[in-house]
Amino acid sequence: MHDVNKTSGPVSAGPGEASGRDRALPISVKSLTKTYGAFNALNNVTLDIRSGEFMTLLGPSGSGKTTLLMVLAGFVRPDSGSVLFGDEEVLLLPPHKRDIGMVFQNYALFPHMTVAENLAYPLKLRSIAKTEIRDRVNRALDLVQLGGLGDRGIDALSGGQTQRVALARAVIFEPRILLMDEPLSALDKNLREQMQFEVRALHDRLGITTVYVTHDQREALTMSDRIAVINDGQIQQVDPPQRLYERPKTFFVASFIGETYRLPVDIANGIASLFGQPIKAGGPLESTNPQQALILRPEMLHIAEGNPGPDENQMTGTLRQTVFQGDSIVSYISIHGDHEIAVRSQHRSNQTLPEPGSQVRLSWLIQDTVILPEDGQT
Amino acid sequence: MTITEHTTPEPPMNKRALEKQARAQQRNELSLSLPAFILVGSLVLVPIGWLFWLSIYGSDGFTAENYVRLLHPSYKKTLITTFELAFLVTGLCILLGYPLAYLASQLKPRMASLVLLCVLFPFWTSLLVRTYAWLVLLQRRGVINTWLMDMGLIDAPLKLVHNFTGTTIGMVHIMLPFFILPLYASMKTVDLSLMKAASNLGASPVKAFWQVYVPLTLSGLGAGVILVFVLSLGFYVTPALLGGGRVMMWAMQIERSMAVYADWGAASALGVVLLVMTLGILWAFARLTGALSSVEGK
Repeated sequence: MHDVNKTSGPVSAGPGEASGRDRALPISVKSLTKTYGAFNALNNVTLDIRSGEFMTLLGPSGSGKTTLLMVLAGFVRPDSGSVLFGDEEVLLLPPHKRDIGMVFQNYALFPHMTVAENLAYPLKLRSIAKTEIRDRVNRALDLVQLGGLGDRGIDALSGGQTQRVALARAVIFEPRILLMDEPLSALDKNLREQMQFEVRALHDRLGITTVYVTHDQREALTMSDRIAVINDGQIQQVDPPQRLYERPKTFFVASFIGETYRLPVDIANGIASLFGQPIKAGGPLESTNPQQALILRPEMLHIAEGNPGPDENQMTGTLRQTVFQGDSIVSYISIHGDHEIAVRSQHRSNQTLPEPGSQVRLSWLIQDTVILPEDGQT
Repeated sequence: MTITEHTTPEPPMNKRALEKQARAQQRNELSLSLPAFILVGSLVLVPIGWLFWLSIYGSDGFTAENYVRLLHPSYKKTLITTFELAFLVTGLCILLGYPLAYLASQLKPRMASLVLLCVLFPFWTSLLVRTYAWLVLLQRRGVINTWLMDMGLIDAPLKLVHNFTGTTIGMVHIMLPFFILPLYASMKTVDLSLMKAASNLGASPVKAFWQVYVPLTLSGLGAGVILVFVLSLGFYVTPALLGGGRVMMWAMQIERSMAVYADWGAASALGVVLLVMTLGILWAFARLTGALSSVEGK
């Protein structure tokens, strides 16, 4: 099975580390479709994942992200489509011949084996010599900071340790691709943030092509090279985290990632106007549809002192109330009567805030201005 | 607040009362299990003790006569037959029961309960009725022999009953539910994502089954094996009817000692030997698989 027997592996320190990087494969998903009865789990999904990339599939539950991962792993048979690892079509390969590491949502560690036996299992299946298995298990344990715990039973591990064993088992046989199915969802917040960092560090060290499924947008933004946002079995947008956040292409992406507010915009002769006031968009308008919407985020707005700069848009509203949140202050402002938006500003102790009920001017950068055509979605 | 010098430290707060409460709770729990202790004591321990007493104390005082007699070759033959049959029935139960329990555990709930209903159905009919039913099916001019001869597959009827074969068939049928139920229960607890994990790590379906699934169902398998084996060792009705007097089981030897020879001492000795051997096998089996710990609920 491939050349796993020969290399000393990504879990070793030193020259062997390059091997994972060299062996990493790109993944090319084409026109993948899977229906369960009348439900479209995957609707003509096409996605290219680069060699060595950390790609996150982000979407709400039922969006099809896990189905896509399971198709990659070989546990779900799609209706049609193609999945290439490098140049090799793998869609017809059974799971055990795909050579993919996977971290399952519930970890799926074998309860009848010790930690070391769990790690050794994929190596035994590949008929690797006993002494080498022992070396690699020890190195893998060190890699995930579990040195000396090899003889523990699975039941005797804490949540974070279980997570680390699952991670080590998924990479110990030097797979070309690593899949992770919401691996951190069972951990508490502090541990989750620490593990996010560790998972990403492991990826960077091994250079392995990684597909990571999560519904947690913050996790996706923190860890990924690129994020594919999925909803209703379709890919909405594939972009690096910052671009995805700053320039969402659909309302779904805009609302799923971060906090957003929408205000109606009229388009006439290629000029956008907000309640009669012309505003400038950060990029070319997506369509000539006369009814569009402006996407605003609380932290990109600020309460303006004077006239707008040349790189800013501006609007007026009525301050309803302000809420002190420690590091920041959130002002709720109603615009043109029935639209309410929030503005988040950093807390400064010398700050004086306008009184509730007073008129305020809000400004934001033209480059932050995203206008999307109304598509009936909310 | 004033600072005072204590020569003796104050006892920790409420220590006495809390200890008293703990003791009272312990007493309550003990008293709740008292009826069970009395029941087991009077209905199990006392009769067994009495049995043992009968086997070593005859009309002339203490005697080893009843045990010496067991060295006779005919008893040895009975012992071998009993164990042969128990092993064979247990083995056949594993061969037939494991796939069936696996099927039931993989089916959707509705289908699974249908399959289990079929497994349980014989349970609700009398043991005697089921045994006689086998007699009807298996005898010389029975249903099976008639069919086989009508189809021209055989010329003379097969000897299916009043021998070891008939006894085995009947006992496997009766024992199968005892084997399947604990096994099914343990199979339902196996997390199927473990099979996916094995497959993902490179195990073929056959390897995943043997290296992950089977080890995880060993506790249920062990419980089923113990039940079937122990019940088979002491089985009486089915071998007596389907064996036609040719299959002499230990339990039948006990009955004969009492009914034919009216010898309570000999029958008691047989009973004690069977009990000791059964316990010995259970102990060995528990040591071997650790199954007892899972039966105890770990």
